[in-house]
Amino acid sequence: MLGLWWRGLASLRARSLLSVAAIALGVALGFGVQLLHGVAVEEMSLAVVRLSGDADLSVTGPRMGLPEGLYGRLAALPEVAAASPVLQGEVRLQGHPGHFPLLGLDAFQAQAVQPRLVGRPRERLDLLRGDRVFITPALAAELGEHTEGTLRLQQGLAYRELRVAGEIAGAAPGERLLVVDIAAAQQLFHRFGYLSAVHLRLAPGVSAPEFARRLQAELPPGVEVGSPAAAGQRQAALSRAYRVNLQVLALVSLFTGGLLVFSTQALSVLARRPQLALLRVLGLPAKRLLVLVLAEGAGLGVLGSALGLLAGWLLAAALLWRFGAGLGNASLSGTGSLPWPEPWSALVFLLLGTAAAAAGSLAPALEAARMEPGRALKAGDEQRMLAPLQHPLPGLAALAVAVLLLTLPPLGGLPIFAYAAIALLLLGSIVLLPRALAATLAFLPGHGGVPERLSLAQLRAAPGPAGIGLAALVASVALAVSMAVMVDSFRDSLAEWLEVVLPADLYLRLGEGADGSFLDSLAQRRLAGLPGVARVEFLRTTQILLDHTHPPVTLLARDFPSDRPQAHLPLVSGFTPPGPGEQALFISEYVADVFALRVGDRVKLPLPLAGLPFRVAGVWRDYARQGGALVLDRAVYARLAGDTDATEARLWGRPGVSAALLAAQVRECLGSLPSQGELVEPGELRSFSLRLFDRTFAVTYALEAAAILIGLAGLSGSLAAQVLARRREFALLRHLGLRRGQVLRMLTSGTALVTGFGLALGCLLGLLVSLILVHVVNRQSFHWSMDLHVPWAGLALFLAVLLGSALATAAWAGRQALGREVLRSVRED
Amino acid sequence: MLLMILVLLLARPALAVDFPPVRPGAALTFPRDHGAHPAYRTEWWYLTGMVEGPDGRTLGVQLTFFRSRTGLQEDNPSAFAPAQLLFAHAAIADAATGRLLAEQRSARAGVGLAQVSQADLDVTLGGWFLRRSGQVLLARAQAQAFSLDLQLVPAAPLLAQGRAGFSRKGPVLTQASWYYSWPQLTVRGTLQRAGRSVAVEGRAWLDHEWSSALLDPRAVGWDWLGVNLVDGGALMLFQIRSGDGSRLWAGGAWRDAGGSTRVFQPGEVEFTVRRRWRSPRTRLEYPVALRVRVPGLVLELQPLMDDQELDARASTGTIYWEGLVRALRQGQAGGWGYLELTGYGGRLNL
Repeated sequence: MLGLWWRGLASLRARSLLSVAAIALGVALGFGVQLLHGVAVEEMSLAVVRLSGDADLSVTGPRMGLPEGLYGRLAALPEVAAASPVLQGEVRLQGHPGHFPLLGLDAFQAQAVQPRLVGRPRERLDLLRGDRVFITPALAAELGEHTEGTLRLQQGLAYRELRVAGEIAGAAPGERLLVVDIAAAQQLFHRFGYLSAVHLRLAPGVSAPEFARRLQAELPPGVEVGSPAAAGQRQAALSRAYRVNLQVLALVSLFTGGLLVFSTQALSVLARRPQLALLRVLGLPAKRLLVLVLAEGAGLGVLGSALGLLAGWLLAAALLWRFGAGLGNASLSGTGSLPWPEPWSALVFLLLGTAAAAAGSLAPALEAARMEPGRALKAGDEQRMLAPLQHPLPGLAALAVAVLLLTLPPLGGLPIFAYAAIALLLLGSIVLLPRALAATLAFLPGHGGVPERLSLAQLRAAPGPAGIGLAALVASVALAVSMAVMVDSFRDSLAEWLEVVLPADLYLRLGEGADGSFLDSLAQRRLAGLPGVARVEFLRTTQILLDHTHPPVTLLARDFPSDRPQAHLPLVSGFTPPGPGEQALFISEYVADVFALRVGDRVKLPLPLAGLPFRVAGVWRDYARQGGALVLDRAVYARLAGDTDATEARLWGRPGVSAALLAAQVRECLGSLPSQGELVEPGELRSFSLRLFDRTFAVTYALEAAAILIGLAGLSGSLAAQVLARRREFALLRHLGLRRGQVLRMLTSGTALVTGFGLALGCLLGLLVSLILVHVVNRQSFHWSMDLHVPWAGLALFLAVLLGSALATAAWAGRQALGREVLRSVRED
Repeated sequence: MLLMILVLLLARPALAVDFPPVRPGAALTFPRDHGAHPAYRTEWWYLTGMVEGPDGRTLGVQLTFFRSRTGLQEDNPSAFAPAQLLFAHAAIADAATGRLLAEQRSARAGVGLAQVSQADLDVTLGGWFLRRSGQVLLARAQAQAFSLDLQLVPAAPLLAQGRAGFSRKGPVLTQASWYYSWPQLTVRGTLQRAGRSVAVEGRAWLDHEWSSALLDPRAVGWDWLGVNLVDGGALMLFQIRSGDGSRLWAGGAWRDAGGSTRVFQPGEVEFTVRRRWRSPRTRLEYPVALRVRVPGLVLELQPLMDDQELDARASTGTIYWEGLVRALRQGQAGGWGYLELTGYGGRLNL
């Protein structure tokens, strides 16, 4: 009996493979993203925990640091057994690309808190010398430098030579770190008076959480006390929105996979209806038939999920090797290797994939079990199968709930409700699909020749199979269109934004992530005095902690005509000048959303900017800094923070001075431009930024392409199956006297009608979903706005290709179906 | 008189730093000279004493602060620049314990928890301090195993060592230090051990010495003694030894009960070993019982207990013996003092 079953199934293997591929894609994506994110979070928390050694608590400041006077106060507290001040940063090394983490330590204090990080030189005093550096074994191997060798570290515009005094033997395997004396680090980074953190070991009997609470109340704003692990977690939170969005995309592709399984199974149950009925007649109980069909779907799911797990691991490994764990997201970077996945997370994705496939075959299985074997053995019974799907209420309810969900705020900073709305929108539309198709068909006038009218009549009488095939098509078209519109809107808005934020002729950028790179006041004066320079603006980038629960935000201190900021900042709000005695602060949309600030609000900034009252004078759009950014006048910043260094210079040439000439003058003026200082023209910067954007969205593009391919293959597969299933009908029509060409015309016009309907609906749904993505999901997860931009030409091409391939498939399958002997087909009946 | 340790610590070539030499002729001025002299290479405040608790048991207490100019990163404006380092040792000697309770601190001076004044005696290191407050000196050290909190009231004037504070340390004239002692300090305070606090009182001695000079290159160590005599007098003696055990230099001063002070030439000071003790930990041998003789005075020195070895390898990199000794004068109780024995084979491991 099962042999009969298997033979029926075997003919459907090609289409089953597609279902397997769709499930595999969803699982691979979800699992790969999960793995990569795990690596990134692990690395960041581990790095933070390693650097804080055996500390019970860490007191950390914003990126610009906490005032060093705090160290003495902390060390003197009776609850504190030992306090170790550190200054952390990234440094560039001559002759080695990239930047390297550097830690300034006080060896005396570190000995008690982070002894693992204290070097073991031959001469103890080397621990205190400003021209000595200790490196971890991993870094020594990477740089090819060993004890007694020298490294040249960038300091301002020059390099400073340090001798390697020893290795940090206690470093973890693979840990990359340079360690210098803390005074030398302050000098190197030009951060006199500041520390990154003070790590504390508490006296015996002191409760760390309780003491942390008491201490926090006494610390200046922006300075935070917590367990070392918490600091790592806070860093990792930055990537959460990005990861969740990718995970949701993976779920959507699983959903599409489930729909493909549904259409495969439904059509296969339809095609095997006589066989299944025969099985029932031969004595197979209805329940076992239900289980068998469900098991078929689940089997496809298990196979797809297993392949997906493997593919996901490979995908993660490949992406890690190519881009690092940040997945092209610049705020995250990792260099670690991919660990073996934890069994439970693999199991979760295996179950998800299997569940999606099983859910897809639930309706067909129920129907197969419910059919009356006697009737099903006869032809023409297929329509009954789809009767349960025709009730409109569930679909309409789903759509209504979707609309309601869109009005809800984000949950835990994530657009969970918006995603649920998208899911319900798709689901509701698909449930209503057969009904909508029927209504559309009923509405169409019956013009045209005999074949067209015949095809319309056929579809009106039996829309079920066509509707089933459409579900997966509509879902994948909607997904593809919405992604295309969202990415295009984003890219277009980014390109416009770049035009506004890059007005100068030439940019000199230093300290891209490296703290030792800056322009001091002398270098600034020399640049401003160049003969070719009409105007120069300097910019200082640093970071501050606005409150304890959010990661630090970027602070941009700019030379800034504060009376006319619209010309220099892409403001999305109006400009409201601050009152007398107040300083203007321009906040990015992220800061406005996350810190609930509006134009006109008063803001008290943490140290070292605590001295003056600030007022929000405008909200600006910022695509560059995901963690939020503030802009203020550099003169105000310099006065409050006592920091006149700059990390970027924007130069405007005099009339007739080309960017190239300007660049030459800057090079000459600075003597030798440090090899890692960048001198870029805005055109380069724009294309660099867009390249970065494309890299970030590479994963998305790949996903989109795969989804479209699977949707297309699914469409072709189900079309071919439907056409072949209608052999008897074609034979009858031929028998009744229709010409072969007429039958083919009937077939293609029917296919064009149904596919066109599916594409239109998918496109409409896709546009709706893209609106949700642009205005709700993006805003809620990244806190930036964008202007909707629909790539009409691209979409039209995409839809035309889909329609064309559908028609080609139908024509090919029709020829196959008509190629058989007509009489044999009639006899089959 | 712990010159040795820091001199050896800092005896490194190629430091492009000018340390002022110690020259005779200048006069000490107070309270300025109670404070730090950061231009000099090294400096210490060395407080030792004998105290008794309510049970009549005799204990030794010691609290020392060292300052050291490293010559490192002096051009770095950072407050953390390690140009000046501070070290501190605290120890309690109790015959019932059988060995020293000791602890050390070290930090760079200037930022946060390590400060030293240049105006008066006021040196702080991580909650430990020694400072002058009016006519009283205050000393506190809170270690893990013990803590001491003492008030010291001078019962006698300062004793400038050598020639008005100019103290020669070797055959070459530049081998010298600025050096004064403050003997016969009346001590009151509390000692805390194992959570038990006892009130104590007794007599203490403060040395303050600063210098830039290196010891003679042949020197390997020295013996130093400071005794508060029961008659109200005070005796300080030292000798500097070479590697072959011979004496390179010696000196000292005795202020008698009447207040007249006699300063000794190298030939007038005699140390005789009466008994040696071998440390079970380091296998080093120290002459813990000595007879010292100067014109007009002979003292037999007996340690409160044999094991008063101090292992300071973690901070200054040295091991030496530093302990409370009973001084017998013609068989009678002559006073209590501190004896320091350095350079007895403990290889300096920096």
